[in-house]
Amino acid sequence: MITATLGAERVTRRFGERVALRDVSFSANRGERLAIIGPNGAGKTTLLSILAGIQRPDEGRVTHPPEAVGWVPQQAAVYSKLSVRENLRLFARLERVGDIAAAVDRMLDLTALRDRAGDEVGKLSGGNRQRVNIAVGLLAEPDVLLLDEPSTALDPRQRELLWDFISALAAAGTTVVFSTHNVGEAERYADRVLVLADGELLFDGAPGELVGEERDFEAAFVRFLHERGH
Amino acid sequence: MRWLAVKDLQILRRSPLLLVVLVVYSLGLGVAVGLSRGSGPAKPRVAVVNEIPADSSSFQLGNEKIDANKYAAQLFESIDPIRVKTPAEAIAKVRSGDALGALIVPADIPQKLQGTINLSGGAPPSVDFYYEGDNPLKTRYVRSAVSSRIADANRVLSQKIVGVAARYLGYILHGGQFSVLGQTFDVLGLDNADRIVRAVEATLPANAAQRAGLDRVASFARLAADNLDLSNQLLSTIGQPIRVNEHVLGAAKGSDDAYTFAIALSIPLMFVCVLLGAGLLALEREEHVFGRLVRGLVSGTGIIVEKTGIAAGLGALASVLTLAVLVIIGSDVAAAHLLVALIMIVLGGLAFGALGVALGAAARDVRTASLLGVLLLLPIAVIGLIPVGLASPGLYDAIRVVSGFFPFRVVLNGLDEALRGDAIGVRLAHLAALAAAYGVAARLALRRFA
Repeated sequence: MITATLGAERVTRRFGERVALRDVSFSANRGERLAIIGPNGAGKTTLLSILAGIQRPDEGRVTHPPEAVGWVPQQAAVYSKLSVRENLRLFARLERVGDIAAAVDRMLDLTALRDRAGDEVGKLSGGNRQRVNIAVGLLAEPDVLLLDEPSTALDPRQRELLWDFISALAAAGTTVVFSTHNVGEAERYADRVLVLADGELLFDGAPGELVGEERDFEAAFVRFLHERGH
Repeated sequence: MRWLAVKDLQILRRSPLLLVVLVVYSLGLGVAVGLSRGSGPAKPRVAVVNEIPADSSSFQLGNEKIDANKYAAQLFESIDPIRVKTPAEAIAKVRSGDALGALIVPADIPQKLQGTINLSGGAPPSVDFYYEGDNPLKTRYVRSAVSSRIADANRVLSQKIVGVAARYLGYILHGGQFSVLGQTFDVLGLDNADRIVRAVEATLPANAAQRAGLDRVASFARLAADNLDLSNQLLSTIGQPIRVNEHVLGAAKGSDDAYTFAIALSIPLMFVCVLLGAGLLALEREEHVFGRLVRGLVSGTGIIVEKTGIAAGLGALASVLTLAVLVIIGSDVAAAHLLVALIMIVLGGLAFGALGVALGAAARDVRTASLLGVLLLLPIAVIGLIPVGLASPGLYDAIRVVSGFFPFRVVLNGLDEALRGDAIGVRLAHLAALAAAYGVAARLALRRFA
């Protein structure tokens, strides 16, 4: 039986006169990988921020409490002067994780950072810093993991490792929602894509449905936007 | 290069807070310096009570009548007098900070001056001067400013006395005509007396019995003339016909070290708490962690309380260490007063910490927060150290109002009072209100973070 673990109902968000999101509704199921794609300024980060509980919608609602969601912002949100282990321990305490030592060990293994556990995060490479960033989002073993453009700062090899890691999480039952500018990644690693443009949800379906007759997903995506005046 | 300059201007335009701080700061400093230069304390504000009755303000110097009020007016010209009717009113003006000091000119000044001139004994004429002794900087300024004004008046009066006395000595020495009550007198003078006696003596036979007596009179006249000739110099040493009785208000109580200690403790407390509070909060934003924290891990209010607490704790620790060193070096502050001062340090730390957190909430990053902190703290410290009366009335009132919005002056005065053993309840309430107000401001500013 498929269970919805995450949902948004008619979410609208305004910044002054500008409408960043307009009547956006969708839901995601357990273990599903959902990609949010769209041109710059489409409202992707705003939608993720609302789902994460950082911002509140002006209208509409989200169907889950923020504490049920793991949040991985675009820029590594960890303390650069603390070591990997110290960061994980701190956020585990703040997340009120039961067995802190076990949670930290689990994340060090999951992110393959055990040998760098004592290093200051500020001295790690961009890829390793992003792994710590994701590990912090996973500390409380959330049902849903939200990632805002997680592969932006990574080289191709690190990107591959990241997506393997995320796919493994989804396979274990975690719902993964991510935004990306790389539509190829959306095609490859998402079970479903949401296309946002100017705050409106234009498409909600499997990547194959968007491709249609086209062979190339990126070309199909651009055509799709063009046909709808974006 | 032109495009580089355009780019720099664009970036500056997009940093409105920094731009406003830089412009307003420079403008504010310039205006403050200009005001202090243009309307500084060239004439100290002094509450004046002139008790000399208008109908008996004169005293007699030889055949000349001198009006004491004329000299009092001269004294008042070099100060900014606030004329009041009673000594109690004048002292109240000093205590309230409206006046730098209170000058009481007693009613018996003309009579005492007359007594001094007549060499009839009795107490010398004096005026009473009251000032607050709560602040060594102010005390030094008040004493030098008012003493120099009184010295000016004394010099003018003394010159008058010396001039009149010298003229009469001239008559005694060299003779001449002078008028008293409409009658003209022809005075012989010692020189003429000597000459006449010598002339008479010359007409007498060599063995005349009168010669010895005339000789003694002539010798006396010569000796008196020679010695009185020095009197002009002696008279000129009468430099202080009027004495000043100084009365210090509120300085006798407590420790002499109190104000020095208060400055030594307030400044590190302020800098540590404000810069730490600002930096700690701005760091959350710089590290992009703020969003992660406020999505259920910690509330915005919780973050403000935590940062304020750390800043206050470490700032208070720095102050306590400073206090310990000062006490070890040597002090006359009572141990019980030190404990009360600790309460002031802790509450002051909280107010400073909350101010720092509010600055940190307004800034985008740690460097801007630190710059903002330093730019704000320096003038606050400077204006906080300006004692009452050292600036023009308008400027001082403005300083007092502005200082009331910042914890520095409250902590400085509160520590001074605590170390002297005075009550500090009002100061503590003021600090608690400031801490709460800055906390609310920081909470509102945090909304920008999200």
